Amino acid sequence: MNWLLVVVGGAVGAPLRYLTDRAVQAHQGHGVAYVFPWGTFTANAAGSLLLGVLTGAAVSSPAHALLATGLCGALTTYSTFSYETLRLAETGRAFLAAANVVASLLVGLGAVFLGAELAGGFG
Amino acid sequence: MSEQAPEELPEPGPPAAPQARVLGAVAAGGALGALARYGALALWPTAHGGFPWTVFVVNVSGCALIGVLMVLTVERGRVTHPLVRPFLGVGVLGGFTTFSTYAADVSGLLVRQELVAAVAYMVATVLAALAAVWAGAAATRRLLDGGVRGARGVRGARDGDVREAHDGRDVRDGDVRGVRDEGRAG
Repeated sequence: MNWLLVVVGGAVGAPLRYLTDRAVQAHQGHGVAYVFPWGTFTANAAGSLLLGVLTGAAVSSPAHALLATGLCGALTTYSTFSYETLRLAETGRAFLAAANVVASLLVGLGAVFLGAELAGGFG
Repeated sequence: MSEQAPEELPEPGPPAAPQARVLGAVAAGGALGALARYGALALWPTAHGGFPWTVFVVNVSGCALIGVLMVLTVERGRVTHPLVRPFLGVGVLGGFTTFSTYAADVSGLLVRQELVAAVAYMVATVLAALAAVWAGAAATRRLLDGGVRGARGVRGARDGDVREAHDGRDVRDGDVRGVRDEGRAG
């Protein structure tokens, strides 16, 4: 039955990412959505943090299916991240494209470690 | 305190019904995408501590597909249904690919002192993902534009509907324009 939990988690995670992106973009102001993709960046960082917590807490298999595979998996995205990076590069913003990649990786990794630390894992 | 204030809605904004449908499409797509990823991991489990090939392939293939999708929808306006991008792009592909599992796998490899595998996985995924999204987008643009670039007369009528009439409607964000112009032959 874990697959059903993955479905539920995915059905929550993806809209959460969409709403996060919208909220962040609204905050960014009009017409700058392509300048730096803070929305996706935020969703990826938040999802990585939560996954770190779940990993550190060594949750049960059903909880892992629901929250880690489903929720965190769908809250974060690689496809939008790479498309936005491509667009930055194609619109002459090579520096921002590179910054997006480096910052996403560092923050994503850091968030996993931080989350695990918060949950007392990775002993 | 007693009122269930129906006017909680902060601003006029876009109509509520479409927004709810968009969220529904994103949720349905996210469920399908996450399930597909779960299925892939069930079919091709990767050894704990080894190179996470399955997530690698999931992420890279999802990136290739979003390249195709974004050109079809946003850049070229070939697919105009308003729910296609929320469902397939934000939902299915967003739910299928994952950044958190990727980051957690890299950190797991680091924690186990498998430094080479960690760095290889981290870098290989980024490079392959960017190459895939570029290839997907470039191939789709080329196909749709039918070789317009530099050869206006050649309309590469591969599929009957490569027509000039479409060429003017590919832009939504003012900024996509700058790049798109080179592919549009005026």
